[in-house]
This record gives sequence, structure tokens and C-alpha cells, in this order.
Amino acid sequence: MFGEYSLGELTSIFVMQGFAGLILFSVFLLMALGLAIIFGQMGVINMAHGEFMILGAYVTWMCSTFFHGYLPALVPIYFFIAMILAFLVSGALGVAVEWLMIRRLYKRPLDTLLATWGLSLILQQFYRSVFGPREVGVELPQWMLGSLPVTDVIEIQINGLFVMALTTIITIAVAVMMYRSRWGMQVRAVVQNRVMAGAVGINTEKVDRYTFGIGCGIAGIAGSAFTMIGSTGPTAGQLYIVDTFLVVVFGGAASLAGTIASAFTISQAQSIMEFFLSGSIAKVLTLLAVVGILMLRPQGLFVLKVRR
Amino acid sequence: MVIRSKSADDTAFMKPLEIVSILIIAALILVVLPATLDAFRLNLVGKYLTYAFVALGLVLCWGFGGILSLGQGIFFGLGGYCMAMYLKLEASSVANTKIQSTPGIPDFMDWNQLTELPFFWLPFKSLTLTVILIIAVPTLFAFFIGAAMFKRRVGGVYFAIITQAIAAILTILIVGRQGYTGGINGITDLRTLQGWDIRTDSAKQILYFVNSGLLIACILLAQYVKRSKLGRVLVAMRDKEDRVRFSGYSVANFKIFAFCLAAAFAAIGGAMFTLQVGFMSPSFVGIVPSIEMVIYTAVGGRLSLFGAVYGTLLVNVAKTAFSESFPELWLFGLGALFIAVVMVFPNGLAGIYHSYVDPLVARLTRRRPAETEQPLHGAPAE
Repeated sequence: MFGEYSLGELTSIFVMQGFAGLILFSVFLLMALGLAIIFGQMGVINMAHGEFMILGAYVTWMCSTFFHGYLPALVPIYFFIAMILAFLVSGALGVAVEWLMIRRLYKRPLDTLLATWGLSLILQQFYRSVFGPREVGVELPQWMLGSLPVTDVIEIQINGLFVMALTTIITIAVAVMMYRSRWGMQVRAVVQNRVMAGAVGINTEKVDRYTFGIGCGIAGIAGSAFTMIGSTGPTAGQLYIVDTFLVVVFGGAASLAGTIASAFTISQAQSIMEFFLSGSIAKVLTLLAVVGILMLRPQGLFVLKVRR
Repeated sequence: MVIRSKSADDTAFMKPLEIVSILIIAALILVVLPATLDAFRLNLVGKYLTYAFVALGLVLCWGFGGILSLGQGIFFGLGGYCMAMYLKLEASSVANTKIQSTPGIPDFMDWNQLTELPFFWLPFKSLTLTVILIIAVPTLFAFFIGAAMFKRRVGGVYFAIITQAIAAILTILIVGRQGYTGGINGITDLRTLQGWDIRTDSAKQILYFVNSGLLIACILLAQYVKRSKLGRVLVAMRDKEDRVRFSGYSVANFKIFAFCLAAAFAAIGGAMFTLQVGFMSPSFVGIVPSIEMVIYTAVGGRLSLFGAVYGTLLVNVAKTAFSESFPELWLFGLGALFIAVVMVFPNGLAGIYHSYVDPLVARLTRRRPAETEQPLHGAPAE
């Protein structure tokens, strides 16, 4: 399969596909971060995670329309406002869902899965009724369009770079929050021993609620970033949910480093294979490899040793 | 819980009430529905009943065994595809496909510039082999998945996610390899089974009865498993897996068996689906149909074999009725159903029956309420 390309061409192919893989990596990682908090830390399967993401995307789209219509002067920075809004809206919905539904189901993980699937169907239909079945795309501000030429064959899109930068910042923020803040310490304490954490005065219910909310909020930011590189439709969330779960499981559920490593591996493998094979076969091979490795090593790449 | 001495009631194949239940189901699907519905509606019910096979398997493996598979569409699809491949080969005889550039191969292969039949289609030239493969392929596949996962003590949500991923992979594969599988359209234009036209109303009626007969046979088989020692080990395993393991049982083997049996049931359903509906497509394999099949079981009551049939019929009739008149509302309804059945009625229709109708019946017939204390095979696993 390499025969018909020269060495220089092959290098640029790998660089270009590698870069496309990096963008995919950013998207996977952003989506998986929220899930790594919710599933990895709390053990809750949220099948509606994709829909929380799409909510963020729609919030961004509404902001884009609003700013282009009423506040054209602020268009260059609307994106940052949209992202904050996306975080708040998705996070608020997450807190509400936790309070109404999830907290009653902590002892029945399989049932949580079914209930959140129901929630995802409702949200999908809600988006379809409110925003219409067609996909919508946002208008990017001028500075985000175009690409940087690196050599005469290799070009790098600015919006891709922006998404990558954003992912880096959010990942660092999550890491700091989890491992350096008081809240993160409480979350980890609740994960490791709920009863004991409660006994030393941590309000475990409150920690659960805000953990779920923050996970959903990060999904909202992911959705917001997602609009920069693709369009959004009511069922877009469902397309990614399996990939996202695999990323988190493959990485080893409770490990942030594992999530990053597995998002990187999966996205790079898929993106580089996509150039040489057809897209569907690349995806099948990647997923098969992941499932195969998980069958051999069910605990995932990185394991956090916790006594349960 | 009241500890009772082991009476004849516990070891009998069926309790009197269960005999009544199965007679009611048999009467409903073999007499009442065929007598009251027209040919089109009856065929529709036949289609729903093929999903009941899947629901039945899920009662065994999820309700009793505590293994939630989100990939039952895989087995339903494999069974259905096996049947469809046989029927397609029969429909694309050399005489029927003269106009193709390669006569004698299915039309979609010809459109995709294939010049000979792929090797994995060859066994489907024989009906005997096809019937064997309909059961064997999905069961072996389930065995492979189950052995790989359960031997390593992977279970619960991880198993659910991985089976879901496999369903997704299979769908992408079927859609992507159009020349070999018929792609997104699936295998269509099926005509005859051994020269017998399956598209006529009378053939559909006969197939409906074959399907119903098979379903009742499967219910009886499931009932046998439930009553046997195996069924008891399954329930014990669901509730306290470690205790069963320490008692010397091979937990993994029991789980594999339950999963394989569920897969075999689903495969029979899939094959009957292809026969009655006349096509098979990837839209019955993927994530969405697989998880929808779980809701049939949940609505019927995850612990009730009979509930599985009623749940499937109820959800599908509601789906057809709603999507005919208010297509927008259906997804809201289905979503709400998922949430309601989990949060309010974890034991589904059977649970409602046991807590409201049963005491009433007992009061009316025996005037002795003490009999109703019998627990519903334990609450769902935590």
C-alpha cells in the first residue's frame, strides 16, 4: 500500500494525517474528559453524554446567530462567550438530571444506562422539534478561517490549531481541578470510600451532583468546540457515544493519563489508516483492535489501584 | 423472606399459574390474533413476535443472569442475514439474473463489480447447512465473546459497553462492505423458499403460525432452564456472585451458557423476521435496535418470560400507533418509557401484575391472601 508514493510524499501524508488525527484526538479527548469524570470517577454510565455535547453545540450556534445579527462588533470574540454559556447550560442541565434521576439509581448502574438512554432519546427529539432536523453550522469569525502553510505541501488549519489549544487548556484545568483542588480531593475521597468520606464530613450527595454537573458542562464545551470543525444535527451525539465510551474504558476508567493516552492512540490509528484504507474499514479495524485489547486486558491501559 | 420447606411446587416444571399463563399466550397468538386481524396486521404482529425471541433471551441472561447485553441486535442480525443469504441465492438463480454481467450471483454483487460468489456465501446454497448455521454462527460468536469476557471476570457495565461496541462494528462493516453484504439497503427482494413463494398472504399466514409455534417452544425451553438447577444458579450468581464462586461453581461457564442461549433465541427471531418481512438490513443490527430490544424486556418485566412477549407486543403496537399519527411524539414517549420503567416500575408489567392483580385474583378465587406472599424471584440485582 505504500508502493505508489515517494518517501517525501509519504512523510507529508503522515504529517497531514497525523495532524488530522490530532484534531480528532482533541475532539475525542474533550468528549472523553467529561465522561472520564462521570464514568471514571462516579461509575455512572451516561448514555446521554453525546446529547449534552450537542446542547453545547446548539448554544454556540445560537450565540453565533445572535452576535452576527445584533452585535457584529463582538463577533471576533463571541466564541469565548459561547463556550462559557455552553458550559453553564449543559452543566445546569446535568445538575438537574442528577437531582431528578441519577441520584436515585447509583446502586443500579445498568438501570442508569437505560434511563439515560431514554433521556438521550428525549433530548434528540427535543432538538429536532426546536432546531429542526437539518444540520446547522456556525459562522466562524474571520481570524479563525484559513490555514498556515508550513511547507509547500503541508498546511495547517487555524481552527484545528484553536481546538487543539482549547483541549490542552481544558485538560490542564481538569487535571488541576482533580488533583490540586479541594473539590478534586473530595471527589477522589468519595470515589475511594463513600462511607468514610461521608463520615469525615464531606457532603457526598453534593459532591456527586456537582461532579456530574461539571462533567456535563465539559461535554458542553466539547460540543462548542465541535462546531468549529463540523456541523451539528440532532442525532450527531449518538454517532460519538460508542467511541467516547471506548476511549474512557480503553484508558482505564479512573485514570486521566489513561484517557489521554487512549484518545491519542485511537485517533491517530484511525486517522492514519483512513488515508490508506476506506474510512469504514479503518474505523472497523481500530474499534476491533480496541475491543480485542480490552478482552485481553479488561482493566484498560492505565489502572488506578483502589481497594473496593 | 419466608423460608419454606422444599415442596413439590418448587421442583415442578410449571406451577399451575404458569400453565394458565402459557395457555393464555398460546390462545392469544394462535387463535385470538389470527381470528381478529387482517392479513397485513397479522404479518405485522408476526414481525413483532420475532423481537419477542430476543426479549425472551434477555429475560434469561439479563433478568436471571444479571448480564445486560446491549448487542442482541448482533445475533438477531446474524440469524436474519444467514436466512437472507440463503433466500437471496435462491432468488438470484441463473435464470432470474440473465441480464447481469455475471449471472447467478446476487444483484448487489453484480452492481459492485464482483464476478464470483464470495466464499462465505457458498454454504448458504444448501438449506440444511443454512438452518444449522442460523443457530451455529450467532451461538459460536456469543460463545467467543462470552468466553473472552466472562473468563476474565468482566461483567456489568463493561460487558454492556463492549457488546454495544461490537454491534456498532458489525453495522459499520455491513454498511461498508456493500459488495459482500448488500450495504445499507441490506439483502432485499427475497422471493421463494425451496420454490415456495413467501410473499403471498397465505404463505405469510403459515409463517406466522410457524413463528408462533417456535416462540412457544422457546418459552417452554426458557421455562425449563428457569426451573432447573441451572436457573437457580443463575439467580444466585446475579445476587451474590462471589458466594456462588466459592461454593465451587464455575461462574463464567454459567454466564456463557445463558448468553449463548439468549443469542440462539435472538438468531431464531432474526431468521423468522427475514422470512416474514422479506428483507434484512443493518438497521436491525446496530446500537439503536439492540437497546430498543432491551426495553421490550424491561417493559414486560425483566424477570418474567411471559412478560417478555407482552412487553414486546405492547411497545411495538404503541410505536406503530404513535408513529402513524404523531411521529414527533414517539421518541418522547419511548424516552419517557425508558425512564419510567427504570425509576417507577423496575419489574415492568409483570411487577404491576404481581403487586396489583395477583392479590385481587387470590382474594376472588381463594379468599386466602396469605398465598400471595410468594416473592417474585427476588428483586432486580443491585
